[in-house]
Formats: sequence, C-alpha cells, structure tokens
Amino acid sequence: MNNLFDVHYALQILPALLRASAYTIAITLIGFAIALVLGLGFAILRRSPIKPVARTVGFVVEFIRSTPLLIQVYVLFYVLPTYGVTMSALTAGTVGIAVHYACYTSEVYRAGLNGVPRGQWEAACALSLSPWRTYAGVVLPQAIRPVVPALGNYLVAMFKDTPVLSAITVVELMQQAKNIGSETFRFLEPITLAGLFFLVISIASAQLVRRVELRLRLP
Amino acid sequence: MKREPMTVLSDATALGAAAPQPMVRFAGVTKRYGALTVLDALDLDVAPNEKVAIIGPSGSGKSTLLRVLMTLDPLSGGAIEVDGEPLTHMRKNGALVPASAAHLRRVRSKIGMVFQSFNLFPHMTALANTIEAPMHVLGLSRSEATERARELLSLVGLDDKCDHYPSQLSGGQQQRVAIARALAMRPKVMLFDEVTSALDPELCGEVLNVIRRLGAEHNLTMLMVTHQMGFAREFADRVCFFSQGKIIEQGPPQRFFTAPEHERTRQFLRAVHEAV
Repeated sequence: MNNLFDVHYALQILPALLRASAYTIAITLIGFAIALVLGLGFAILRRSPIKPVARTVGFVVEFIRSTPLLIQVYVLFYVLPTYGVTMSALTAGTVGIAVHYACYTSEVYRAGLNGVPRGQWEAACALSLSPWRTYAGVVLPQAIRPVVPALGNYLVAMFKDTPVLSAITVVELMQQAKNIGSETFRFLEPITLAGLFFLVISIASAQLVRRVELRLRLP
Repeated sequence: MKREPMTVLSDATALGAAAPQPMVRFAGVTKRYGALTVLDALDLDVAPNEKVAIIGPSGSGKSTLLRVLMTLDPLSGGAIEVDGEPLTHMRKNGALVPASAAHLRRVRSKIGMVFQSFNLFPHMTALANTIEAPMHVLGLSRSEATERARELLSLVGLDDKCDHYPSQLSGGQQQRVAIARALAMRPKVMLFDEVTSALDPELCGEVLNVIRRLGAEHNLTMLMVTHQMGFAREFADRVCFFSQGKIIEQGPPQRFFTAPEHERTRQFLRAVHEAV
C-alpha cells in the first residue's frame, strides 16, 4: 500500500470536499449570526429587573451551556419528532449549534455590559434617554467593542464544532471526508484535506475578526 | 431602579403655601442605605433662578441630595417637587400615584446634571454627545439639534472642538462639553456635583468661568455641591452646610462665611482655611 500522500487522488476528491465545506461554512455563518443576536437578547434579559424573567433565562442559558452540543442536536433531530416537531437535519444542526453558542456569547456580552462604567448609565438617565436609546446609543457601543475578540473566538470554535453535526446525518466536510475514505479505504488524503480546509477557514476567520476589531477602534 | 415604598404626600394644597412657588422643593426627604441614613428628613426650598452652594464634609449627604433629585437613586421617604409638580409621583383623579415612566421622563428633563467624572460618551464626538438627547428625547431634527449643539459648545468656548472625541480633550474641556450636553435639554434646574474636584487648579478656572457666565446670562436654578469656597462665596445666593444628612446652617454667603452661627460650621470652615 502506498503510504505517501497521493496528490493525484487528492485532486480527484477535492470537488466533493469543497461542496461539503460549503455546507460547513454556511452552517457556521448562519449559526453565528443567530448566536450573536440571540446571545445579546439572553444577556439583556438576564439583567432584567423582573426577577422571574432573569432567573428563567439564567437557568436556560446555564443548562444549555453545561450540556454537550451532541446531546442537544440529538434531541432536536431524534427526540422532537416524537412530539410532532420535525425539521431537516440541516435545520436541526444549524438551530442546535446556534442556540448552543448563543449561550456562550451571552456570557461574553454580560461581561461586556458589566464593564460599562456606572457613570454612563447615570449620564443617560440624567439626559432622560429612553431604555432603548440608552442601550442602543450609549451602552452597547461601549459593551461590545472590548468583547469582539472573545466573540471572534467563538466563531472559530463553531467552525471546528460542525463535525458534531455529522451525528445527525448532516453531510458536512468531516462526514464527507469520512465517506470518501471508507469508500476507497484511503483516509490519509481526505482527512488531510479536511484538516487543511479547517485550518485555512479558521485563520481567515481570525483575520476577519481582527480587521473588525481595528475598524471599531476609537481614535 | 427599584421603587421603594414612600410616605404619601398628604394634600397637594398643603405644599404650595407661600408665593413665589419654589422651583425645587425637598419635603422631609430621607434616604437610607440599609442601616445607614444618608439624608435625614431634609427640608429645602430653592427659588427660581437661585444659586445654592452645598458644602460640607464627605459622607454628609451632599451628592446624595443631587442624586435623588436626578432620580438616580430612589427615595426612602419624603417627597420632591420640581416646578410645582411632584417628581416621583403624579396626580391622577385627585390622588397621588407612583409616576409613570413618561411622567418621570418629562419632569426629569427639566433637570440637568453635570458629574464629577464628566461621564461623556467616549464613542461619540463632542458634537454627537450634545445632540444625542435633544434628538432622541425632545425629537429635534438632526439639523436643529446640531445648530443648538454648536451654539452651546460655542457658549462654553469649544466651537473648534466639535469633532473631537473625549479622549482627545483635556479634563476642563471634557467638563465643559458635559455642561453643554446638559444644557442642550434646556433644563430649568442645573445640578453640579463637585464638577471641579477631578480637575487640576488651572483647569478649574475655565469651568467655573462657564458656570459664572451661565448664571449671569441665563435663567437657571442651580444647585452646586462644591469644595470651591471662594467660588461659592462670590457666586452663590445661598450657602447650605450639610452634616450627617441634615442642613446644619444656611444663609447668604456674606454672612455665612464671616459669621457662622453653629460650632460645626465654624469647625468646618476653619479646616478649609487651614488647608489653603
């Protein structure tokens, strides 16, 4: 058996892997966009003066954060249909990963919100700004700037977590690589290529986050 | 903000006794933090256009007085009236009920506050800081708000710094922007909470000059917590000495600084003299 990397074979399987990586990228970008918005919602609700709301959201966030993503997507795809809620593997996977990471980003946002000096809230109150305007105009711009690197961290983490979705039959990059490998019994090339894709995508994401950080920087 | 249960005002008519009506009235105002009483059944009337300097040792409740007026902290007891209207309550069908958010915002917008640590919005330029409230609270258009903001920044001597960020301004300049920002809401009452305490002596002067100009050129009721005795003496209509949550002594600055009646006041003024 030839143990050296077969470039010819690698080029042959490349298109199939690229098609699958499109799913990986799509799931991650859509999932991350949802996680960014949902996480902010969770963070703000956790600070609500209405105790039952704050406690319920807090409990939900802690629960989802403390259980594996795998179990959560299993529940979404295999358990929910028995209660009448069915969705495609792709939907279940995207929703599962989005909500899971929303709970992580909500903690990041909470840290950012806690870091905004009290005087800013007081100045907004002294100017009679509405709660909406206080958040949108004063607090969030100051809360989000310092936590962009941490949020970007979760983007990269999410990319690398997409292989978990192969457990619910989503044919993303890793699953495709495994399929190709088990057809031809040559795993070296597909796994190496998959690894390289993840590396390139992660580095590119990190660069993107860095550029966003720099653009948001204040003079 | 958590609403704590308050003593209900007896009868609205009982308050509006002597004319002219005070611009700000503190009636039996009490503020407690747990077991600590910071303001102790305080009564104070401030007439329209009156400039009141509030002095006293730290922890005496001076800043807390301004803070409860600005609704930054809830009252533990008593009531506050601004421009004839109750602040934290409103009249509904002849009875007094806790104020709705809209009522609170409306009455509160008659008051402006300038803080010791400036509290400018760091992600906005001086101009943007000043147009924020008029645009979003008073509903002015961007051009109207900008015109008003430029006027005010010019009034405080910063028309060339409109497009600078707070981090690019000195302490004195930042405080002057803060004053312009508070004035943009056209308040009737201005609160100054130790506004020069964080500034070095040279920069103090430029801020105090702005306050002097405001007092001379505009109809503003002012409450100033300050350690600047010289300024209080020359500018204020009335000086109040606070200690342990109560007003120990008050009076026109001429009499107050030359012939204080209470021993505590004398003690405090002696210490101030020695420090200079």
